[in-house]
Amino acid sequence: MAQHLKSSKSTFLNVLRHSLAFGSPSHASPHLRHNLPHGGPPSIKKVSPNPLTRLCNTMVDTLSSSHEDTNSQVMDFPGGKVSFTPEIRFISESNEERVPCYRVLDDNGQQLPNSQFVPVSKEIAVKMYSDMVTLQMMDNIFYEAQRQGRLSFYATAYGEEAINIASAAALSPDDVIFPQYREPGVLLWRGFTLQEFANQCFGNKSDYGKGRQMPVHYGSNKLNYFTVSATIATQLPNAVGAAYSLKMDGKDACAVTFFGDGGSSEGDFHAAMNFAAVMEAPVLFICRNNGWAISTPTSDQFRSDGVVVKGRAYGIRSIRVDGNDALAMYSAVHEAREMAIREHRPILIEALTYRVGHHSTSDDSTRYRSADEIEWWNKARNPLSRFRTWVESNGWWSDEAESDLRSRIKKEMLEAIRVAEKTEKPNLNHMFSDVYDVPPLNLREQELLVRQAIKSHPQDYPSDVPL
Amino acid sequence: MSAIIHGAGAATALSTFNSKKLVARSRTNLPGRSKRCIVAAGSDDGSKSFGSSSLSLRHSHKLIANNAVATKADTSATTGHELLLFEALQEGLEEEMDRDPHVCVMGEDVGHYGGSYKVTKGLADKFGDLRVLDTPICENAFTGMGIGAAMTDLRPVIEGMNMGFLLLAFNQISNNCGMLHYTSGGQFTIPVVIRGPGGVGRQLGAEHSQRLESYFQSIPGIQMVACSTPYNAKGLMKAAIRSENPVILFEHVLLYNLKEKIPDEEYICNLEEAEMVRPGEHITILTYSRMRYHVMQAAKTLVNKGYDPEVIDIRSLKPFDLYTIGNSVKKTHRVLIVEECMRTGGIGASLTAAINENFHDYLDAPVMCLSSQDVPTPYAGTLEEWTVVQPAQIVTAVEQLCQ
Repeated sequence: MAQHLKSSKSTFLNVLRHSLAFGSPSHASPHLRHNLPHGGPPSIKKVSPNPLTRLCNTMVDTLSSSHEDTNSQVMDFPGGKVSFTPEIRFISESNEERVPCYRVLDDNGQQLPNSQFVPVSKEIAVKMYSDMVTLQMMDNIFYEAQRQGRLSFYATAYGEEAINIASAAALSPDDVIFPQYREPGVLLWRGFTLQEFANQCFGNKSDYGKGRQMPVHYGSNKLNYFTVSATIATQLPNAVGAAYSLKMDGKDACAVTFFGDGGSSEGDFHAAMNFAAVMEAPVLFICRNNGWAISTPTSDQFRSDGVVVKGRAYGIRSIRVDGNDALAMYSAVHEAREMAIREHRPILIEALTYRVGHHSTSDDSTRYRSADEIEWWNKARNPLSRFRTWVESNGWWSDEAESDLRSRIKKEMLEAIRVAEKTEKPNLNHMFSDVYDVPPLNLREQELLVRQAIKSHPQDYPSDVPL
Repeated sequence: MSAIIHGAGAATALSTFNSKKLVARSRTNLPGRSKRCIVAAGSDDGSKSFGSSSLSLRHSHKLIANNAVATKADTSATTGHELLLFEALQEGLEEEMDRDPHVCVMGEDVGHYGGSYKVTKGLADKFGDLRVLDTPICENAFTGMGIGAAMTDLRPVIEGMNMGFLLLAFNQISNNCGMLHYTSGGQFTIPVVIRGPGGVGRQLGAEHSQRLESYFQSIPGIQMVACSTPYNAKGLMKAAIRSENPVILFEHVLLYNLKEKIPDEEYICNLEEAEMVRPGEHITILTYSRMRYHVMQAAKTLVNKGYDPEVIDIRSLKPFDLYTIGNSVKKTHRVLIVEECMRTGGIGASLTAAINENFHDYLDAPVMCLSSQDVPTPYAGTLEEWTVVQPAQIVTAVEQLCQ
């Protein structure tokens, strides 16, 4: 086929081009060599010895005989009409201009002229800012605790506070959240207390997860925040399923799922996007494009213009937002949520941001990126300082309020850690419960074996795990 | 004292099923299961087991009365209706969808096409497109979707067009389906049913002849059952849908057209229970799915040769019904496992280990396991036949074990 295409002027090419069309059923009429069009290619009239050409001729006859104007040939293909072009032109791999990024505040926190955004009341704005500060301080203190050996593991959300809090603020408590692992701010906004965070991180008996998961793998049924599953992007199809369930129940709620730039490479991302579009599921796909997937920069992750352009491939409405601009995030999520629920459609939001911290406490990111780069993003594009400027410009915040807040949070955090550390671990039987609704025989036997082993070697068993 | 567990009492009976009753079983005592009211059907059940085996004579009363639901309903008591296995699955599914509006189906071509094996035929017309959902081709996605929907109160039945395709969904099944109830501290349940046809068919080729039960058996948090008759297909389908745990229901490509008369009244089969197909004295033959029929065919030959095999369709692949199996081993002292899985790492391998571990003292001969070879299933019909255990081999194995 390729060789024929090269000889662009050949009549065979014209015939072949027409025959590449699948031919919609409505044109598959039995009349074959009748009604040759006026403007049709003259060579058709020759009866070719080549059976393929004869077939192509036949198809051309059938197709073109149904159209009045043969110069603008159009094909009815599933999905709509496709018009033809005689020019051989490949769609470029990228647009000349990158998709613009929506923002409301400039780098210094000043509201941009002509900025469109959803207004935010004083209460919401103050809560948003306070929660951003709380999130940052919580991260600070837990991170330090891990460094001191009091916690086994931690992952911070530095630099992504605006994404965390502003998106949560724009949602309703009924919207179900499927997080990746860098969105504890959403829980924080919804009322998860510092003590509850600490309980999960220390894996004590008050942890809702019963001490089974690593730190930062939060989950809360009552706050509609689904337990973090460490596997990347597996929560995306789950979110589509939940959205589908909400749609079936006719609820005024949507599913919201978060993932990173790295997560967009996983097969589940593509599958979930496609499914959400086909199922017309009310789900928000919020991508935290923070530039790094552990040590992999986005240039090694994909070659498209970020993640936002992928939405169109699946028939999904998308927007690119400045992830470090709390007002822009708030507005984008707010609008997206409306569209998703009202129109039963998925929406893709790519929030551009930067992962200021290391991937986790097991990572030292200075090994693969410059400290200058980190510093720049932390100072120049800091989401807290930008939003604070705006909140203060409205007279809703002050230095005093800031220092009050910070000292209160610090005290609360230290107390939460102190309590969480001292609280007993979950009972040994919780190693075996919840695997099924009722422990089957084999698990009960295995628990007995473990208990027997502990009895024979008590010195090898941790003293703070009750039996 | 017999009443099959169906009828209006089915719902309440189920709650006693899932209770500690199952958990309370142990090898050493045989608790009375009278509350569960099981009937042993057929005329030859009672007579065979009485009297001959001295070891467990005392217990044989209870053995018979307490053994699992047998294949056929007592045809004199009820009228019943005849149908094919795929219709039985459909009937079970439809009944559950009628009963609970949260039950929905998702998979490829399950909607108006009615499913590749017609298990979901007619359901889209009756329940609408939302409840019988056609999905694009991505097993990982629709399995993940089913899991997410289950976490928000739906009860999806996820169909894999062929079990082998569910390998693509392994990540979701293992990491999310099996784990999230546990890692969420019990906050989220995942009552999904994942079902589809598997096993060696008629020249379907290697990729479409997989035995996924081998791969899935290790995943903590899931249950696996395999149906083999229209009666247990319907019963297991209903039980699986009602279970709060994720259940994988293995069907077999070649069994969809089996015909049987099943009761008109509602009934459920216990997910964790094995089925006594043919009580016997000389040897315990454990099998499931299609191999049950090869075993029964071999049994005919064996009976003619004077053997008395006890055939148990284990049905519950995870967890094993060690209660029924154990009682049988204690009676016969010889075990032959006949499976379609491959030699390495199959259900037979795990079952052999479990029996050796738990019932070693009761064995008079090593546990023998007949499985398929560790080869991809050939396309050629003759070779394909040779990868699957045939009745003649079963007869030889029994003769060998009973020497």
